Amino acid sequence: MPISPAHIRIDRFLVSKGNSSYRQALNQETIVLAVTALIFLAAAVGLPGFIAPENLVAIVRSVSVLGILALGMGIVIIGRGIDLSAVAIMAMSVAWYLQLLNDGMSDGLAFAYVLALVLAIGAVNGFLAAYAEVPAIFVTLASGSFVFGFVRSQVISQDAVPVPPGNWVEVFGGFRLLDIPVEVFVFAVLALLTAFFLRFTKWGRYVYYAGDNPVAARNIGIPVRPMMVLRYVLSAVIAFVAGLLTAASLHSINTRVVNSTLLYDIILVAVIGGIGLSGGKGGVRNVLVGAALIGIMLNAMTIIDIPLIYQNLIKSTILLFAVIADGVLNPRDEQTAQQGDI
Amino acid sequence: MKLLRTIALAASMAVAGLMAMPAGAQDAGPDIYRKALEGKRIVLVPMAMGFDLAQGWTAILQREVKAFGGVLETRDPNWSTEAGAQAITEVISSDPKPDVLVVMSFDLNSYSKLLKKAQEAGIYVLLIDNPANFKADAYLGSDWTQLGRLEAEAAIKGCGDNSSKKIGLVQGDQVNATSLFQYAGIMDVLDKHPDFKVVAKPDSNWDATTSRNVTTTMLQQNPDICAIIDFWDGDATGAAAAIRDAKLEDKVFLVTTGGGEKASCDKIADGTFGAVVMTNLGQESYNMVTMIKYLLQSGQKPGTASPYIYTLLHATTKENMRPDSCWDLKALQAMANE
Repeated sequence: MPISPAHIRIDRFLVSKGNSSYRQALNQETIVLAVTALIFLAAAVGLPGFIAPENLVAIVRSVSVLGILALGMGIVIIGRGIDLSAVAIMAMSVAWYLQLLNDGMSDGLAFAYVLALVLAIGAVNGFLAAYAEVPAIFVTLASGSFVFGFVRSQVISQDAVPVPPGNWVEVFGGFRLLDIPVEVFVFAVLALLTAFFLRFTKWGRYVYYAGDNPVAARNIGIPVRPMMVLRYVLSAVIAFVAGLLTAASLHSINTRVVNSTLLYDIILVAVIGGIGLSGGKGGVRNVLVGAALIGIMLNAMTIIDIPLIYQNLIKSTILLFAVIADGVLNPRDEQTAQQGDI
Repeated sequence: MKLLRTIALAASMAVAGLMAMPAGAQDAGPDIYRKALEGKRIVLVPMAMGFDLAQGWTAILQREVKAFGGVLETRDPNWSTEAGAQAITEVISSDPKPDVLVVMSFDLNSYSKLLKKAQEAGIYVLLIDNPANFKADAYLGSDWTQLGRLEAEAAIKGCGDNSSKKIGLVQGDQVNATSLFQYAGIMDVLDKHPDFKVVAKPDSNWDATTSRNVTTTMLQQNPDICAIIDFWDGDATGAAAAIRDAKLEDKVFLVTTGGGEKASCDKIADGTFGAVVMTNLGQESYNMVTMIKYLLQSGQKPGTASPYIYTLLHATTKENMRPDSCWDLKALQAMANE
């Protein structure tokens, strides 16, 4: 059989990328990116005003809090964990902070208290998962419920806590540069910081080793347990920032968000973008791709004025399609199966 | 002799009268009232305890029920239909059974069977604020269709004749009766004003962030919208944020609805909300009290009649706002705890 140029190209591709890499070239991230691009193009052509700069900014803004939370979740998932307390920490820490301010405490003191609490919850999550070796899914489920229940019943009297007028949180939320809202900048900065941490710092690289094979990581001397604590602390702090941003924009925080589907949306953004739940895979880019898909989809459907129930149906169908495509293109082998999905 | 007899009779009558005075003035009412109401157990199951309406109802009921010697208990489903259903199931089978169940339903159907069971068990059921497909012993709350009409009228007035006459809606969801009936009421009015058009009607799912996002999109698509109706003041803060971000505070008239707590009036005063269609919480709560007192003395079987006791609704704006337009939760709670 004569060798065609196409064959040579594929061959080179395989050689350069190692085995089965044409499959990896079509991994979930690429698929989701392609779907996102398709929807974007269709919307840009078909929907008036979709491509307008203000609308594009609005899209990024609409997913920035979700994206920020997904960054924290991403770090934890790459290290083969999960943080189900993220939304509770986000809402309740800020609710407590605002309650302290409304009760007349000074800004600095209230902030210090709440930050200490946030660090403590993250540390407890991490300690129980790392040292007591309780599965993270249970630890964080319990701690999230505890944080919600405690703050809701003991600290605040209503679901929604308003930002005191003129407080820095309100001023912060009104900040614009070139008409771009502050959330977009915070999302961008946190994405860069997270990418830098995961890619260029020693402890960031260790996250992948620990997530890919914790036993081997420990054998070569990586401090696996303290690092796990660090990841949950980071996730908690990121959740606090996301909560502050929400309050800054809405001038109040509504703790009802803890009961919403936000937590699943966060995991969805991380996983749909290609951060495998089995750990050790993915990065900030995957979060950005996942967030872009969700943001563009929701925005386009709102412009078309599709009712919410159909929006959920369409959203879930597209997500299901992406997951199935990933399952077909990247079948599970013995190694990944043994790693134990969540 | 006759005179003497008359005097004697008169004297004895006077004495008897004097003696009988306390007996004759004895009102049977308090005894009947006390017997019927004392020790009765009232259970309130709202959608959640953490919002203004539920806390307002509780404060007033607490005070009144305590005064007639009954017991008020509350359950907090915290916005979860399942938790609410569980609470009601538990209440029905508890011993002793409650005498009156006051329920705020999540949607038209979820609780219907459970509440029927409660009535069969001899418990009076009052539905409050959210209508449901169920013959309660009374429905107390708003006529949501009328509420929608008032919102639409406020929006039309807010827009004025020389406006774009474009209205945007931020609905709640597609299952809650309050959302469906509000929409029907709004459309009812807009049908009579064919020059006014609804240009978009996304759902917020009662969430402020979603409300902000859909309103942002709506305003970008239709920058000349003159009024937005958001179906609940709990998430209308999101629509307000979107309007503020688009710098359209002076051009878009925001209409919403709520329980009329002080926070709403503050937002009308500072211009965040153009109009809020408010239910009279005090009246609504005292209607509940009246129904409870009536039912417990009526001797009728639960489910005998199911009247609708609508509370008067009012579109409050900056122009017609009075110092007593809103109620203050803190003051109400202080009163209940006296």
